[in-house]
Amino acid sequence: MAVSVNEAVSPGPVQDHPPPARRSSGRGRAMLEVALLTVLAVVMLFPVLWMIETSIKENRDVYAVPAKFFDFEVTLDHYRDVFIASGGGRSALSVSFLNSVIVAGVSTVLATVLGVPAAWAYSRFTLRAKKDQLFFILSTRFMPPVVVVVPIFLMYRYVGLIDTALGLILIYTAFNVPFTIWMMKGFVDEVPAEYEDAAMLDGYTRLQAFRKFTLPLLVPGIAATAVFALIFSWNEFVFAIFLTSSENVRTAPPAIAGLIGGTTVDWGLVAASSVVFALPVLIFAYLVRKHLVAGVTLGAVRR
Amino acid sequence: MAGIEVTALHKRYPDGTVAVEHVDLSIGDGELFVMLGPSGCGKTTTLRAIAGLERQTTGDIRIGDTLVNDLPPAERDIAMVFQFYALYPHLRTRDNLAFPLRAEGLPKAEVRERVDEAARLMRLIPLMNRRPRQLSGGEQQRVALARALVRRPRAFLMDEPLTNLDAELRADMRTEIKHLQGELGTTMVYVTHDQVEAMSLGHRIAILNRGRVEQIGTPLEVYDRPASLFCAAFVGSPPMNLIEVEVADGKLCGQGGLALAPPPGLPRDRRLVAGVRPEALEVAEPGAERSVPARVVSAEWLGDEVIYVVDHGGQRDVRVRMPSTVRFAADAKVGLRHTGGAPAVYDVRTEELVA
Repeated sequence: MAVSVNEAVSPGPVQDHPPPARRSSGRGRAMLEVALLTVLAVVMLFPVLWMIETSIKENRDVYAVPAKFFDFEVTLDHYRDVFIASGGGRSALSVSFLNSVIVAGVSTVLATVLGVPAAWAYSRFTLRAKKDQLFFILSTRFMPPVVVVVPIFLMYRYVGLIDTALGLILIYTAFNVPFTIWMMKGFVDEVPAEYEDAAMLDGYTRLQAFRKFTLPLLVPGIAATAVFALIFSWNEFVFAIFLTSSENVRTAPPAIAGLIGGTTVDWGLVAASSVVFALPVLIFAYLVRKHLVAGVTLGAVRR
Repeated sequence: MAGIEVTALHKRYPDGTVAVEHVDLSIGDGELFVMLGPSGCGKTTTLRAIAGLERQTTGDIRIGDTLVNDLPPAERDIAMVFQFYALYPHLRTRDNLAFPLRAEGLPKAEVRERVDEAARLMRLIPLMNRRPRQLSGGEQQRVALARALVRRPRAFLMDEPLTNLDAELRADMRTEIKHLQGELGTTMVYVTHDQVEAMSLGHRIAILNRGRVEQIGTPLEVYDRPASLFCAAFVGSPPMNLIEVEVADGKLCGQGGLALAPPPGLPRDRRLVAGVRPEALEVAEPGAERSVPARVVSAEWLGDEVIYVVDHGGQRDVRVRMPSTVRFAADAKVGLRHTGGAPAVYDVRTEELVA
């Protein structure tokens, strides 16, 4: 019953030994598979590669016809422009990146801090109308942001949260807490309640028992949940563009979108800022990948 | 060491479920007391209330002379063993055993001494440096028992501790627990749904059903004179045959004319059911003395005995336990007769023992 992270993760790549009969007759098939996967990979990865290429091309090469795939001069000017304003000092984009980090980070931490104990409580205790409560919590996620953004805009204007980082943090937290509760409840259900019972008999209070014994076993689940929450807050566009307007509050997604639409579009800058925008989540997911895989599969397996 | 008194225990959860309707228990000092019942009968909730893991809605719990209603589990001076062992997964056996003592803040030397003693008692010395994952189910349960022992508590609470073990190991551990309890003389409350476990372990057994105590008695009392139809149907494998009977001319007569020895003090004018153990019946040659004609429906050969399912014209087929030397084929015409003493008789309406 003990939840073991190592067991779920450690086996490494599974060696696949197809039976010999299949191997001899399957050469054509294998080639077909490789060909199909190659096509798929090109289709999926080309936009990303093109974005990276555009971000390191001179502007005249960006517009070159026919397009230059390889023989262009590499420049990092666009990346400089992402962070440094033309007259020196911090660029508007770099401010928006910082805003994104703050808003996504704080809202993820808040959602985790609020959601994990709530999930634990929902998992461990008998409550009146527990199912209805959980359904209500989930129901707040039924509506897409665009549906509620206008009423929220009006409410925010009334209480003075329009165009503030706090406003965005609150709305992202509100959207992430239900998700955190639901996902974490699955993980808490997996951890036998007996650990806490035993710890309580050994002299700990209920909260201490949770913190010392259940919480460490929940770390993979918390990591997985937090990454999803972080990705949601980081990528969120609708609330960000409706609820913020000034450059020093705006997060990266609307800021990058704002680069497109003038009389001329600096595609190199758009591409470079997109690369910079994509990197943190990729790096973060890479760092916690072990927990992510363990967490997602643990949550998926029902006993 | 101490006895445990449970008075008018009632537990109702916030969602309205009543887990325990009304339970009174008086468990003696040094007694091995078993709570037996089907799942959902309230036995585990009662145990958890004694442990302090659940707060009862109303009712009192006393351990020794102390009223423990408002004491947290740690201050009740009890140890509990769980169905899922609940060994701390990141600790080695040694540290799992020492954990409750360190939590209590005992000096190091005493911790080591007590851990070694418990380990010796449960034969865990070779396993001291393993983690729970590296132990088999039986070994994990021995560690869990040892962890309960080191505390030297006033009472042990056991929540279906053997359910997750395979049959052979379960029998071994049963002996071990009984021996251990006898040796230490510590009060033990043992919850199980397995009647064999209950019969073989308990000094006394409480049978629970739907949040109420149906019967409290020694294993023999519970087996011989179940206090209600529920107990009659729950204890024994196969359980008692419940045969509808009528009183006529001071005799007790089942359907199909099966005659039973009448117990004294039978009430009149009530519909009655007699509980007859499978070993109190006998399958004989057709036409044997005092027998009624019957037919063997099926026979289960268990090696040392045979369980015959016999149709004697009653509402239900009856089960008869016979030594395996007696052999009747399925479908054979036989005679069925009652050989035991006066059976337990129940009122059909109240489901209670009347004679």
